[in-house]
Amino acid sequence: MLGAPKRSSEPANGGGSQVSRSGRAAIVLGLAGVALALVIFTVMAFLRSNPPTVDFASGHQAGQPVNMTIQTVGSIGFGPHPTWVSYLTKEPDGQWSHTTLWDLPAHTKVNVTIDEYDSGSPLRNQQIGRVTGTDGGSVVVNGQTKSVINSNAGNGVAHTFSVPALGINVPLYGVNGSAKNFCNSAPCDTSEAHNVITFSFTTPGVGQYHWQCFVPCGLGFLYGNGGPMQTIGYMGGFLKVVD
Amino acid sequence: MADQTRVGGSREPRHFWRMLTVWAVLSAIVDPIFYFLAGPHMPPGTMTTTAAGAQFDFNVLFIIALPVILAVWIYFIYAVRTWRASKGGPDPVVGPNSRGNLPIQVAWIGLTSAIVMGLFVFGTYELIVPAGAGGGEGPVALWTPSSHHILPVQVIAQQWKFTYRYPTFGGMETDELVLPADTTIAFHVTSLDVIHDFWAYQLGVKADANPGSDDIAYATTTNQTGQFTVRCDELCGIWHGAMYNYGHVMTKSGFYSWAQNTESMLASNTKLLPPFAYTYTPDANGADGGYYPDSADPYSKVEVYGAKQTS
Repeated sequence: MLGAPKRSSEPANGGGSQVSRSGRAAIVLGLAGVALALVIFTVMAFLRSNPPTVDFASGHQAGQPVNMTIQTVGSIGFGPHPTWVSYLTKEPDGQWSHTTLWDLPAHTKVNVTIDEYDSGSPLRNQQIGRVTGTDGGSVVVNGQTKSVINSNAGNGVAHTFSVPALGINVPLYGVNGSAKNFCNSAPCDTSEAHNVITFSFTTPGVGQYHWQCFVPCGLGFLYGNGGPMQTIGYMGGFLKVVD
Repeated sequence: MADQTRVGGSREPRHFWRMLTVWAVLSAIVDPIFYFLAGPHMPPGTMTTTAAGAQFDFNVLFIIALPVILAVWIYFIYAVRTWRASKGGPDPVVGPNSRGNLPIQVAWIGLTSAIVMGLFVFGTYELIVPAGAGGGEGPVALWTPSSHHILPVQVIAQQWKFTYRYPTFGGMETDELVLPADTTIAFHVTSLDVIHDFWAYQLGVKADANPGSDDIAYATTTNQTGQFTVRCDELCGIWHGAMYNYGHVMTKSGFYSWAQNTESMLASNTKLLPPFAYTYTPDANGADGGYYPDSADPYSKVEVYGAKQTS
């Protein structure tokens, strides 16, 4: 036998201060806890990394319409994916925000103005060239009322604003991709080549309604449906209809 | 008593006959209750003969399975009540009886095997023959209906929505699936991009939607009108969960009225669609083309879309 066991809190080898076994365990557990917290924080931050929500509901007066202006651009020009196509939203204070999430009041008319700055092409399915779900079943494109956009003519269709659950589909007529003043990064300015599309729709009851572009415009991705087509803040978002 | 036998100087109840009697009585009660109360509400319903066939199959399976479940439960409960050990009482049964009972084992294995094999034959027959439940899909359908009056409806899937083309109504393409009652429908299911799956579960119809493939599924609507749900049943991307919509079965007169009005309403867009084809060639490289002839497209192997172009 080696005699009485040395208490773990006693100095070993006659050297300097030593950490007890329980102390070492506490340090290890603490470090493991910090690491776990960092992992959880990172995962949660990634999962919750949604763009901001533009609030059109607060301060809204009953009976009054909501006026919303958004724009589509061929390449956002900044952030982690500067080459991706995207939507942007004009905040009530006039600033452009890179988001596709909107708080809207329920059962309210929404007047939408879309400044469309991207070039177009023939649609994979011309069926989505038809306007549905808007007031009057039509949109106004550069002052002309349209219920169908022929994607095989002119500049084709660049994107759509579609809310499947509400039956809303608005094809957005494209601009000439070789225009000298073609906008290359967001936010685009109305001095650059663009089309102005206006329409109105009425929000339903409270709920979250997914909207998206149905033109497979994620160039470089399989069938054009990856990247911006699958990312909130670019080519899809939510109408958060609130009381 | 006839319910008892003398074993080791004491009267032992005839356990088997007791359990059999309880099982027979309970089965005779539970099976009709299930069939008449729950059976008519079993999914997928009776909106088509295919769905009704699937409902019938579920009911048959339940009616056979319920007595089996009851047999297991009754034996379990009876055994726990009758042969459990009690404080101060004799030890549980030991000796030869605890090592098994060959006749019972043979009977159990034989009976359950016969049930399983019987259901296998029944299920296989039902899958293919009566109304094509499960056998009527694929480019070459295993089962075809006998009706000569078939309404063709093309189901076009794309990320992330379904649209429907009616070649017999000018080739119009709609967002909603509307069908007439008492009519045989031929669903021609295809995709413009990735693999989807057309699942109209109340109709008993489910078919893969593959690009470049014309998967055919038949169903004959009954006289039951109403709404049904269409869902994508193949994980097809981040908004797969949002890929659903609703369809309606209408009376024949209501359907033809709807179809004529819709054909007229969609005429301005229908004329911009390509001629009806059973398949379309999607473009793997972006937003344009594919759906239309594009000989310059390196991803299109054919210059026209569809192998069975209508005249």
